Amino acid sequence: MGNLLSIVTFLPALAALILGLFLRGDDAAAQRNAKWLALIATTATFVISLFILFQFDAGNTGFQMLEEREWLLGLNYRMGVDGISVLFVMLTTFMMPLVIAASWNVSHRVKEYMIAFLVLETLMLGVFMALDLVLFYLFFEAGLIPMFLIIGIWGGKDRIYASFKFFLYTFLGSVLMLVAMVAMYSDAGTTCIGGCDVSLLKHNFASESFSILGVQIVGGMQTMLFIAFFASFAVKMPMWPVHTWLPEAHVQAPTAGSVVLAAILLKMGGYGFLRFSLAMFPVGSDVMANFVFTLSVIAIIYTSLVALVQEDMKKLIAYSSVAHMGYVTMGIFAANQQGVDGAIFQMISHGFISGALFLCVGVIYDRMHTREIDAYGGLVNRMPAYALIFMLFTMANVGLPGTSGFIGEFLTLMGIFQVNTWVAAGATTGVILSAAYALWLYRRVVMGDLIKESLKTIKDMSLREKAIFAPLVVMTIWMGVYPAPILDRTGPAVEALVTKYDTALAAAGRTEADTQVAVAEH
Amino acid sequence: MESIILFAPLAGALIAGFGWKLTGIRGAQWISTGLLFLACAFSWITFFTHGPDTQQIQIMRWIESGTLSTDWSIRLDRLTSIMLIVVTTVSALVHLYSFGYMAHDDNFKEGEESYKPRFFAYLSFFTFAMLMLVTSDNLVQMFFGWEGVGVASYLLIGFYYRKPSANAAAIKAFVVNRIGDFGFALGIFALFFLTDSIRLDDIFAAAPQLGETQLTFLWTSWNAAELVAFLLFVGAMGKSAQFILHTWLPDAMEGPTPVSALIHAATMVTAGVFLVCRMSPIMEFAPNATAFITFLGATTAFFAATVGLVQNDIKRVIAYSTCSQLGYMFVAAGVGVYSVAMFHLLTHAFFKAMLFLGAGSVIHGMHHEQDMRNYGGLRKKLPYTFWAMMIGTLAITGVGIPLTTIGFAGFLSKDAVIESAYAGTNGGFAFWALVIAALFTSFYSWRLIFMTFYGKPRGDKHTHEHAHESPMVMIAPLGVLALGAIFSGMLWYGSFFGDHNQVNKFFGIPSHEVAAADHGEAADGLAPAGDGHGAEPAADTGPADAGDGHAAPADGALADAGPVAAAPGAGAIFMASDNHVMDDAHHAPKWVKISPFIAMVIGFVVAYWFYIVNPKLPVRLAENQRPLYLFLLNKWYIDEIYNFLFVRPAFALGRILWKGGDETIIKGGINGLAMGIIPFFTRLAGRAQSGYIFTYAFWMVIGIAVFITWMTLSGGAH
Repeated sequence: MGNLLSIVTFLPALAALILGLFLRGDDAAAQRNAKWLALIATTATFVISLFILFQFDAGNTGFQMLEEREWLLGLNYRMGVDGISVLFVMLTTFMMPLVIAASWNVSHRVKEYMIAFLVLETLMLGVFMALDLVLFYLFFEAGLIPMFLIIGIWGGKDRIYASFKFFLYTFLGSVLMLVAMVAMYSDAGTTCIGGCDVSLLKHNFASESFSILGVQIVGGMQTMLFIAFFASFAVKMPMWPVHTWLPEAHVQAPTAGSVVLAAILLKMGGYGFLRFSLAMFPVGSDVMANFVFTLSVIAIIYTSLVALVQEDMKKLIAYSSVAHMGYVTMGIFAANQQGVDGAIFQMISHGFISGALFLCVGVIYDRMHTREIDAYGGLVNRMPAYALIFMLFTMANVGLPGTSGFIGEFLTLMGIFQVNTWVAAGATTGVILSAAYALWLYRRVVMGDLIKESLKTIKDMSLREKAIFAPLVVMTIWMGVYPAPILDRTGPAVEALVTKYDTALAAAGRTEADTQVAVAEH
Repeated sequence: MESIILFAPLAGALIAGFGWKLTGIRGAQWISTGLLFLACAFSWITFFTHGPDTQQIQIMRWIESGTLSTDWSIRLDRLTSIMLIVVTTVSALVHLYSFGYMAHDDNFKEGEESYKPRFFAYLSFFTFAMLMLVTSDNLVQMFFGWEGVGVASYLLIGFYYRKPSANAAAIKAFVVNRIGDFGFALGIFALFFLTDSIRLDDIFAAAPQLGETQLTFLWTSWNAAELVAFLLFVGAMGKSAQFILHTWLPDAMEGPTPVSALIHAATMVTAGVFLVCRMSPIMEFAPNATAFITFLGATTAFFAATVGLVQNDIKRVIAYSTCSQLGYMFVAAGVGVYSVAMFHLLTHAFFKAMLFLGAGSVIHGMHHEQDMRNYGGLRKKLPYTFWAMMIGTLAITGVGIPLTTIGFAGFLSKDAVIESAYAGTNGGFAFWALVIAALFTSFYSWRLIFMTFYGKPRGDKHTHEHAHESPMVMIAPLGVLALGAIFSGMLWYGSFFGDHNQVNKFFGIPSHEVAAADHGEAADGLAPAGDGHGAEPAADTGPADAGDGHAAPADGALADAGPVAAAPGAGAIFMASDNHVMDDAHHAPKWVKISPFIAMVIGFVVAYWFYIVNPKLPVRLAENQRPLYLFLLNKWYIDEIYNFLFVRPAFALGRILWKGGDETIIKGGINGLAMGIIPFFTRLAGRAQSGYIFTYAFWMVIGIAVFITWMTLSGGAH
């Protein structure tokens, strides 16, 4: 199959098209058909995407399964995966069937709902596989539209405000990115990201310092480009202090929307940092690394403290997401094997864990129609299965060894320690704070006696709900106990990336002697 | 066989936790208990058959990233096998005991709620995590076990999930432990940074270099070995409830009593001591860090003993006693006599588990009354329990014949600690703190016995009338532990604190300075002269090893390798060649050796005077010395101080950052920017577009159009 990637990418869109063209009416039968079609399409996408995984050769550090076609206006359609992107593709296809299954109770404009999610899947997959700048930009930006609609139409009370805020933030970032892309094209003369003879990844962007208006720009053009991309990816991530759209968006989004947002959309920022910032602007990354570290540490401590006092469950988990993304940015710009491996692992793992946590909120929201923590308490008395699953993911969120949450956190911290011990020590306080807010949430919702009258008849999870959680439970534990399959796939690509980074820095004369360790002479 | 020891408890946990509907509640209990007895039997077999040499068994790959390579694997040496028997023995007995103790529980609705399999599943899971900790061959797997026992502890402290106090205690335990883990994790990072490995063998081999390496950490440059040792010890402080991070342990008594016996007395809390002993090759190169360990251990021993003097809750008395005894172990480890730390760990596991299980039996018999002020005169009602507690008390207070090696377990191990402390600090603070703590220990232990079993029944009459002895499943484990409390000290004194050769042999340590070629016969003649002075060249290889089939070939091989033999990591523990503390301890003055005995006697006499002869006296004393009494009763107000310093500020800061930072400044600022600029441009672009989404799409299209135009104008992509 020479066009496997395109098939995987556009299969959901095709299903959306079929839904839009052929499904008429809004009665129960039509709704059921829409749900089943969406479920089958996403499941089929996942199954086909497994072939990507099987065909993927971890030893090859370049792009694989390349597709290249003439497109319009002299542009090229280029797709491909490498060790950095392949797992994000798998994460997306893995999560989507679960997201659809979790939406089984939606009753408002079901057809449009399913179309929005299917289109979103295509766009997200496109982001991770696109190897052309224009194509990437299209996927990257267009992905906002379905998400905007999902929040704006199927969201909660303040959905309009939240959805506006969501795209305004991301939009502001993307304007700068667009400018940067134009500049990149003019410098490199190509829009090919990788996998061509002349590509952006192979191009050395100028890094000689210059000054504008008397301000010295260390790292020159690379630093400028870095900042432009940073504006976009940092919002997506989201990093402190441009994170405030996330809690709002999560709170207002329907459960499935929150899951997609947390599990996949946020990862676009991290992927962007890896694909563009670190790989194309090594000198810029190095110049800006301390700035990123500072923001990351602030994110970890600040949002953990804020999470501690939240009254809304979704907000709490959203803030915890920001903190966890702090580990990711920190790990990426540590720019060593452990840091980057850990960052990728952390993103994948966070996809499962935060997705599952939002689903956990969804389970009780479906029953009680409130996310107020105070409205709950003592659920364990009537919902033992729920209590168990919530416990597992709470612990995974806290980064308990044996769950996938541990490995990403641990590796990123290990990576950063080699670069900056202040950052490492600051970020490690996150392990204390995360335990505090996560267990405090769990205690208030699940533990205690069941006193509230309204909860006396609440029902434990249904078979459908358990079935949604089952794959997530398996992945979280499996990745925690035996992460080798993941790390084996990212390892070589990350090693190549890190080597390239170090070489570029050496060429630019930015490698400092390792001054942290000194052997005393005796 | 080692794998079975390790995974039998996990299997038990899974079966009891998830399969109890198939096996039935009884079945689940028996299966998990049976599997633990199996693990226990295998552990003892391993202990007796496996020599002192180190063996590694790989199970599976774990985290591999660049030069970081982590396996799931088992390291089997003397330290491991000691911990194996401690953990599995106490755990198996606690499982058995729990049949009786958990048979009825007023916290749950009988028949409706299946709390029993859950309890057994947690116990077995804990055992598994603890075994992972003690068998690990690298620091990351140890961290897995470390956190795993933390979770099990969290789950079991919060076992009575309806009680708010239990939930609060559970969270507190977990979070305070995490503070320790913070240090532990940083220690691991530093070690990886320095040695490029987290495997114990590599770290041990690199230990001497670490002692001469400087590492920049935070604001200044540190000696690498000192820094690592200190960071790892912070982890140990959390897990082993040392002063500053001890506050969770007394609260942990909210859990069911078997849990207190297993986790919060015999096994989990000793993990910190185990860690320090395990890392002895690093500790030996970190004189300042170990001095700190000694100091903090002594402080804890003293502090906890003072608080224990006035507590009224029977479990809290024992909890503070545990805290204090852990301090003893750290002092031994801190002064460099790791074998004695392990010795006290071993004996303490027996007698402290027994004291807790005995207390559990009293509580069980008294219908969950825990306040000793409501006990009294229970000797006749609970005869077996009484004798068990008596043996436990004789052991913990250290009853024995001075200047001999005949006595209860605690007598031998505690005296060994105190003598080591004297030798290690030249009779400094640590020594005196421990002797005074020994006096206090004796006082509060006897106070517990007198208040519970002697005098007249106090409190609710009805409860006293119905007080009953516990069933056989609860008494039998007490009997087994009693054997340990009586004999374990005498039995293993030589191995842990005997003369140098014997200890070296037991732990598989090659002698300090081995003559390269000729060991054995050549050394024979010199051996008697050695008399523990291990530093003297070539004195201590020969005769001790010759008779032992396991040790001899190993030692021989190492000895042939010459100077390598004395390298760190060759045995289960490592003592640098200038570490003679154990030998000095053997030669401590007589008054030092008798001092703990005298302290014990004074404690007993005072307790007898206060609670048997003149029971009014303590009340009057408490009234006369009210500030002091309240200070002790309120545990030096440390909880209140922490609450004021950390807990409330954290919440307040969170609120400020949220309401002030997020909601006002950041949101206001960026929203103002976004909501201001966009409409501005919208107006600029004409009013054709209504609604932001169109504006957005519009801008996107414009953007792409500009981009494409630029590309076409500048000559295309190729």
